[in-house]
Amino acid sequence: MVLKKLFSKTEEKFFHSNTLQNNERHLGDYIFHNVTRLFAFFVLGLMLVMFLELFIESLPSINKFGLSFITSSEWNPVKDKYGALPFIFGTVYSSILALMIALPLSIGVAVFLTEVAPTWLEQPVSILVELLAAIPSIVYGLFGIFVLAPFLKNVVEPFLQTHFGFLPFFKGSFYGFGMLSAALILSIMILPIITSISRDVMKAIPDSLREGAYALGATKWETIKIVLISSRSGVLGATLLGFGRAIGETMAVTMVIGNRPEISLSLFDAGHTMASVLANEFTEATSSLYVSSLMEIGLLFFLITIIINSIARLIVNNVTKKYGKIA
Amino acid sequence: MEEYNSTKYKWRIRKSNIAVMFAVLSALLVLIPLFLILFYTVQQGISSINWDFFTQMPKPVGETGGGMANALVGSAILVLLGSALGIPVGVMSGIYLSEESDSFLPKSIRFLVEVLNGTPSIVIGIVAYITFVVPMKSFSALSGGIALGIIMIPLITRTTEEMVRLVPSTVREASFGLGIPKWKTTLHVILPAAMKGMLTGIILSIARAAGETAPLLFTALGNRFWSTNLDQPIASITVFIYDYAKAPFDDWNRQAWAASLVLIVFVTTLNVIFKIISRKRK
Repeated sequence: MVLKKLFSKTEEKFFHSNTLQNNERHLGDYIFHNVTRLFAFFVLGLMLVMFLELFIESLPSINKFGLSFITSSEWNPVKDKYGALPFIFGTVYSSILALMIALPLSIGVAVFLTEVAPTWLEQPVSILVELLAAIPSIVYGLFGIFVLAPFLKNVVEPFLQTHFGFLPFFKGSFYGFGMLSAALILSIMILPIITSISRDVMKAIPDSLREGAYALGATKWETIKIVLISSRSGVLGATLLGFGRAIGETMAVTMVIGNRPEISLSLFDAGHTMASVLANEFTEATSSLYVSSLMEIGLLFFLITIIINSIARLIVNNVTKKYGKIA
Repeated sequence: MEEYNSTKYKWRIRKSNIAVMFAVLSALLVLIPLFLILFYTVQQGISSINWDFFTQMPKPVGETGGGMANALVGSAILVLLGSALGIPVGVMSGIYLSEESDSFLPKSIRFLVEVLNGTPSIVIGIVAYITFVVPMKSFSALSGGIALGIIMIPLITRTTEEMVRLVPSTVREASFGLGIPKWKTTLHVILPAAMKGMLTGIILSIARAAGETAPLLFTALGNRFWSTNLDQPIASITVFIYDYAKAPFDDWNRQAWAASLVLIVFVTTLNVIFKIISRKRK
């Protein structure tokens, strides 16, 4: 590397003697390079500014509540007391539930696309799955309010309660709006990203592996199992990206989760997420401590998504290095 | 031959068939919500779609009918504002990243772009609120546009970088060989060659920005009246849907579906254009 750099430097000196024209040329390159660099630094600055602004705005709340902000579950604007635990719980719980529904299905679809489907079917199905990702989240919310929630209330939740009511997950009265509908909507929304990355990873697994398996007399499933094992790190990255997407999702969740800051294992109960409390209460917040607490939720939210997305990206980038460009 | 008919072999085959069935079933199952959403949007929305819906203003509470002309124009203005910020920043930083590859700085910027891509849009909305709405003491189209612009940046940066990298190095070398300086090569040779691919990124980012609601809630806010002022609250299709979906009036709910239909058609069209362009490239 160093040698190469040295060489290119002497090369430059050798070829570009200092005539006027060449000076101009260098000036143009210099300006252009720095202008593009400026714009790239804009992105860097943007992230820093976002973080700092959120941090500064949430200082009053950080000073007042300290760590109890994360551990307290009392969210009471009337008494001006704020604890974010219900929102953190709601965010993580709904996203984990969504993942539990979406992950097996996504892997199923990815296996279908790479190992089972005939070639002519592969493209249309991929396009349809990707179309799910293109639908704006507000439309998912609308669908959740008027179609999914009534359906859950009238059909699914009575069924679950009568047959599985002994479990803590299906206790209490049900309204359609709540954790279950949020988890279902989220799972539909994160399916495409998990599917498409898993599919790309499985596609990148060399065919020799499959041929080897078949040659040893493996059945289709045993071959698929080998493909799945070899693509596990990519699938893990895809899963984390989907998790990050679920955590960050705002509108659809806000519209169906019921918006009550409660901590309950029951899927029928209403909940609240960090995103939905921001969407609901931000413009209504009156006291400055209220606003500051919401800002702190925003800050926590920002940090959580940064951490999850960073880990996911690192994993996916590693897989990319191994198998070539993926998503 | 005895071995082949053994129960163990049969069991393996059966297991294999079950796995394949599961894959087929999950593919079918996944497509159900898509069709349901499309079906309901069309079924519920189509009755409210007429000429008035596109050209009229929203009617006061209690009167049926009316349209979302202001929201359509508002969304267009917001997306234009977003593009004015997102496209230059995205394209320029994409060019920068494509030309510098191995050192620490571009690597970390590339990573930050990915992280920004995963940042929830509502967080970006809050930051736009702190930076613009609070000092200006008013919700404004400008702040909404900037929030959308920030959301557009990562997609455009990434596609630009990829597309510029796809241009064969021979093209670049030929240009250098003709004595053309690097910056002119980039602007006049590389960029035109990568233009088509970059356009797909821009189209996708516009589709994404047009469908965003969360960052507009406390920046552009929404407006029931006609406004094209950049320093005033402005209506948008997505916030229109949100307000009308929550309202307890059947007619408003129908209009929310109709607006969703318009939005879906718009977004899907952009996605189809994207698919066609990127298919040709391959």
